[in-house]
Amino acid sequence: MEKKRGADIVVDCLLAEGVDTVFGLPGGAIMEVYDALFNAPLKNILTRQEIAASHMADGYARATGKVGVVLATSGPGATNLVTGLATAFMDSIPMVAITGQVPTSYIGTDAFQEADVTGITRPVTKHNFLVTDIKDLPMIMRQAFYIARTGRPGPVLVDIPKDITQQYSECYIPTDEEVKASLPGYNPHYEGNIVQIKKAAELIRQAKRPVLYVGGGVNLAGANKELLELAELTRIPVTTTNMGKGAFPETHPLALHMLGMHGTYYANMAVYNSDLLISVGSRFDDRVTGKIQEFAPEAKIIHIDIDPASISKNIVVDVPIVGDVKIVLKKLLKELQKKPVEWVKARESWLKQIEKWKEEHPLIYEKSDKVIKPQYVIEEIYNVTKGDAIISAGVGQHQMWAAMFYKYSYPRQFLNSGGLGTMGFGFPAAIGAKMGRPDKEVIAIEGDGSFIMNIQDIATAVQYRVPIKVAIINNEFLGMVRQWQQFFYDNRYSSVCLSVQPDFVKLAESFGAVGLRATKPSEVKEVLQKAMSINDRPVIMDFVVDREENVLPMVPAGKSYKEMILTPRQKGEADTMYLVG
Amino acid sequence: MVEEIKTVKIRKQPETKIRKHTIVVRVQHNFGVLARITGLFAGRGYNIESLTVGKTQDPDIARITIVVEGDERVIEQIIKQLRKLIETLKVRDITDIPHIERELVLIKVHTGDEKARDEIMRLTNIFRGKIVDVSTDTYTIEVTGDSDKLEAFIELLRPFGLKDIARTGTLALIRESAKSKLQKHQVE
Ligand SMILES: Cc1ncc(C[n+]2csc(CCOP(=O)(O)OP(=O)(O)O)c2C)c(N)n1
Repeated sequence: MEKKRGADIVVDCLLAEGVDTVFGLPGGAIMEVYDALFNAPLKNILTRQEIAASHMADGYARATGKVGVVLATSGPGATNLVTGLATAFMDSIPMVAITGQVPTSYIGTDAFQEADVTGITRPVTKHNFLVTDIKDLPMIMRQAFYIARTGRPGPVLVDIPKDITQQYSECYIPTDEEVKASLPGYNPHYEGNIVQIKKAAELIRQAKRPVLYVGGGVNLAGANKELLELAELTRIPVTTTNMGKGAFPETHPLALHMLGMHGTYYANMAVYNSDLLISVGSRFDDRVTGKIQEFAPEAKIIHIDIDPASISKNIVVDVPIVGDVKIVLKKLLKELQKKPVEWVKARESWLKQIEKWKEEHPLIYEKSDKVIKPQYVIEEIYNVTKGDAIISAGVGQHQMWAAMFYKYSYPRQFLNSGGLGTMGFGFPAAIGAKMGRPDKEVIAIEGDGSFIMNIQDIATAVQYRVPIKVAIINNEFLGMVRQWQQFFYDNRYSSVCLSVQPDFVKLAESFGAVGLRATKPSEVKEVLQKAMSINDRPVIMDFVVDREENVLPMVPAGKSYKEMILTPRQKGEADTMYLVG
Repeated sequence: MVEEIKTVKIRKQPETKIRKHTIVVRVQHNFGVLARITGLFAGRGYNIESLTVGKTQDPDIARITIVVEGDERVIEQIIKQLRKLIETLKVRDITDIPHIERELVLIKVHTGDEKARDEIMRLTNIFRGKIVDVSTDTYTIEVTGDSDKLEAFIELLRPFGLKDIARTGTLALIRESAKSKLQKHQVE
């Protein structure tokens, strides 16, 4: 067999996995791999910061369902990936990171640009590898992709010492069977236990006040059709987490929208009053449950999840079902269809109650024709894109408004850092998403604080002519922290004012992007329409919004749903003043 | 209309009691696998009482015995998290399965006068220990047994003045006679 250079083996393995795009930034220890990429038939995207590269790979993976690939050099290049890996890990995003390492003989000597990268990334990856022998390289590369995309997906890191990328060896790329056989301890359960599924069906038949509580797992498994079928068959209302957005069409009459800290009144009340909670691909995160002892206090719980460790971690459940949610939902549907669905009629009063909550406490905000309300910007983005765009978000108030006021209708439509809450994620993730889904309009809804954390990568978007749109919800504050200070720290605005900031329009133009600004409500539509007409460059839109707008409803951290804070209007009162604290 | 829950209700969570568990893990004997396991315990705030590692009859497989204290839910989480590691082949909580547990301890104790020396020798004999090193004013004693026995022995020696203690941590094997009943106990 012909011998190949280690770096070429790496690229061969990428091509064998069907990789068409990689994101990264080179350096000494990974130069061989970049040399091998020079003529390789895949898009090699040079980013301006490795953290941005990791979010791009992540955004690409979230939007396409394929494994995102990021490359970085040893030491600082690799440590710059840590936040990106942790972000992907928390949200179960399939990613493979390839990092250069100092040559094998230098490892452990505090060599130039040496860092214990497998050590540093161990808690934030699904698995990681240090390649110590070139003969292992093809198998490790294949294992990395296999582990990243199967079971509960997640990021996997492969650390390759420079000498191994320079050596020559035969390159046999193992088959799927060989890869599986090489991982005897890794056997994700997909099928779901039929006894448990039957039990779940029985509980569903008996329930009077059931709610489906849907998380990111449904998006990851592509189980949205099965979910819709289940909801419609059983007439069970559906609430989604932030990560579950898009798994169920939000214009559907059974949609309760988001639950939890910034959930709708009706979603939280439905969950609180439910007698059966069917958790599908969600993990009872504290931002969802609030005070766990008072979360759905009367409900029996069915929990469907691919990860056994997610089940009964935060809350003890009655019917655990470990499996791929798509497969399990299919089986559950079959089980339910075995008998006539007469029992559904018993749910009418529950659905009426929910309708009443929806009418009395709608998700609304205070409109204005003087200042731009952030929620208004999101609504107009929804209108101008006809609800069809992929939306990414940073972290903060704007993220929550993006979740609340854009109505999502298909899986993988809303990309945001739900688990880790990583500011700086939204913009690079949008670049990655657009590269994976050039057919879709991709819009990053960013806070001024979040956007500036990865603003350097406007250069990347311009260089590769990625026509994404960025909508900055500019409140000159670290708004979400300011909101907490207003509510819970007696208005003491400590380190949250961002009054010194670049002129985002000029900044965009200096990079070769288009910059636009709206300061009045009447300008919002115009700016958006102008932006949508540009398709050869990124467009940065600066929406100067009401500075002290708050995200409501809100269940304060660690509190029960009963302690939800609403605006007077959300409460059904006409008063325009906010009730605070 | 459905009656809205007006009063604050509390979810019923099952009662759990805290006790010591012995967990046996078989892993692929790869580079860094021990760091993965100890990192898991440290990162999730679980307290390890003892942890021992060694090769098995198959040199590619290592066996790790972990003694850890926790309530049922914590232990269940620990087991699930251990199973989640890619290199883990098998995890078993053997606490309630008949098994043999052994630990070895080396104790260096001050001897003092003749009377104390005699008393220490007497205790060592009762516990089937061995004096393996002697100096002018210390004995070093080797004892094996389960943790309770060693604990008791150490407490008896404490009044004489303990100079140093080295313990191996617990090793455990399931009794062959229990194997047939095992299927029922297995949490897998
Ligand atoms: C990397 C990082 N640092 C700090 C935080 C804490 N944090 C959460 S929201 C927020 C404010 C975000 O401000 P901005 O991006 O301007 O959005 P806004 O809330 O104003 O919409 C901060 C600092 C975080 N989530 N991530």
